[in-house]
Amino acid sequence: MSERAFEKLEILADAAKYDVSCASSGSKRQNKDKGLGNASNGICHAYTEDGRCVSLLKILLTNHCIFDCAYCVSRKSNDIKRAAFTVEEVVDLTISFYRRNYIEGLFLSSGIFYNADYTMERLVRIAKKLRLEENFNGYIHLKAIPGASEELLKEAGLYADRLSVNVEMPTETGLKLVAPDKSHKDVIEPMKYLKKEIIGFKEEKKIIKSTPTFAPAGQSTQMVIGATGESDMEILGMANYFYKKMSLRRVYYSGYVPISTDNRLPAIGTPVPMIRENRLYQADWLVRLYGFNVNELVGFDLPNLDLEIDPKLGWALRNLHQFPVDVNTADLALIKRIPGIGLLSAQKIISARKFKNLQPEDLQKMGVAYNRAKFFLAKSSPFALHKDYTSEQIRQQILTLQNSKYVANFSPQMALF
Amino acid sequence: MATLIYDGTYQGWLTAVFDIYEYKFGDVFFSKDDAPAAVLFGSTHLVKTDEVKAKRVLNGLMQRLSTDAVKSIYKTFLSEIERVEEVMWRFVKYVFAVQHNVEEDLSNNAVRDVREAAKFVHRETHRMKAFVRFKLTNDGLFYAMVEPDCNVLPLIVNHFKNRYADQRWLIYDTKRRYGIYYDLEAVNNVQLQFSEATGNSDALASILDERELFFQDMWRKYFGAVNIKARKNMRLHIQHMPKRYWKNLIEKTTGGI
Repeated sequence: MSERAFEKLEILADAAKYDVSCASSGSKRQNKDKGLGNASNGICHAYTEDGRCVSLLKILLTNHCIFDCAYCVSRKSNDIKRAAFTVEEVVDLTISFYRRNYIEGLFLSSGIFYNADYTMERLVRIAKKLRLEENFNGYIHLKAIPGASEELLKEAGLYADRLSVNVEMPTETGLKLVAPDKSHKDVIEPMKYLKKEIIGFKEEKKIIKSTPTFAPAGQSTQMVIGATGESDMEILGMANYFYKKMSLRRVYYSGYVPISTDNRLPAIGTPVPMIRENRLYQADWLVRLYGFNVNELVGFDLPNLDLEIDPKLGWALRNLHQFPVDVNTADLALIKRIPGIGLLSAQKIISARKFKNLQPEDLQKMGVAYNRAKFFLAKSSPFALHKDYTSEQIRQQILTLQNSKYVANFSPQMALF
Repeated sequence: MATLIYDGTYQGWLTAVFDIYEYKFGDVFFSKDDAPAAVLFGSTHLVKTDEVKAKRVLNGLMQRLSTDAVKSIYKTFLSEIERVEEVMWRFVKYVFAVQHNVEEDLSNNAVRDVREAAKFVHRETHRMKAFVRFKLTNDGLFYAMVEPDCNVLPLIVNHFKNRYADQRWLIYDTKRRYGIYYDLEAVNNVQLQFSEATGNSDALASILDERELFFQDMWRKYFGAVNIKARKNMRLHIQHMPKRYWKNLIEKTTGGI
């Protein structure tokens, strides 16, 4: 390898960086026969200057592409440098980086060159070579290329830990606007097939132990946020569909970074909707781990999440009748819903209250954001009596608190409201 | 007030705990062998590390606590935080004072202090699994220098052994001057002598694998290429990758050896 190698890596890593999936956990691939690596830890080895984690060697096999999607840097009509790795180069780079403990594994995506099967076949060949020839047990995340044949998708699942097909735009209308050649159906079909296989292999493994694993870390997808006009209700509704109907492990939200002068999209220089993206992740978390229903967070009367306050606080303020909650007696599900109390704190409270009646200072010591939580805690002793504040009063008090602490760190978007 | 002088090992500390009960010491203070003897009040007791006594204390703890909680005492020991022995002792005293398991009594300071110290160590253990950067020598050894705040090498042995089963590797703690070395069979503790000659970069370059610098440069190139400038957030970056680790991170150094 040579100067060209540096250039290729630069081009193909640069083009892959907008794919936000970075997980390397959720698999349990063991090192076997004194080989190289294992995939079970989910370690972030580095962090970019924008604060995102670097866990995998995330690259495109090539940025040559037959499609012309307006939101994509690699689109056919974009006048950029093109490059392609060979199968051997990707394998060598993955192994050499992994041996030096730079990465947890490989995230391989690609522009579509020639056709779907031709592209998918090469992605599979790399995974296969890593597993079979290099005895590599690290993490592999492959893109499932829409339109690729089922045989190839099946092979991909046998060698990869995770597969993902990106839905790109949260609604069909949005997608058609910026990528007329694509449709949601192209994404849903391979997802459905993979879901069926993942379940099938799992069932079989229960009976026959030697059954190989099939995408043990499951499927994920991502949606671009803020490029087209979808509401948070549409976005979270779509995500809910993926979690419920497609058994997806993760849905990622990617705030659109303007990269094109196409007039269908926000102009270059438009700020990346970072706070909105953050709110969507918070909402996603509430649905997956805190037991919230999507329609408790957004609805027809409330199509978008509040940018100023997090969705859990928003829900609490709309549902003051559910409060105050007595942490010394309430059940876990309800404690988790108190603003300022996270999953870990909630569990700590349940454990600690067996020993004594918890006081406010006990909660503070446990890491509860007490200044936020106090508005929602039982008014009976030992907790101080708070006046009957209205939602708006609580909101203002918490916002003042929030601003004094974080105001300097908010992105330029804050200036807009 | 009794000052217990022990050898600075975990076994030694466990023996000290045994002696506290044996000799019915009231208030205690721990001191390591090599610590300057600044004993102003009370008596001193020299602890003779004893495996049987240590084992009995450990067994007592295991009967009253979960495996995780017993491990958290060891992790606290490795944290090397100030007056760590007293932190551990306050917890152990509480554990033995009552019959039931107290590990989840989080409103108790002794319990919480150990939990927090263990968490501090746990976090750095995780970071060391992430921030080790191996360099390959021309005789096939992958070596890395680290400088953790806590003494975490004992806690990362298995991780690296399971992960890099087919390559010889060495992880060296430059702060504590010892390392762990895997020779394809087992992991052993090693101490190294660095002479002036091997410390300079010419000497190091000659022992590196011919492709080593190429991969270091590729990694730096990669690290630069995945950054999204429009989303720059240095505060977050430094929060995740504290500056004190940078000198051993290839992507945060400008090149050379």
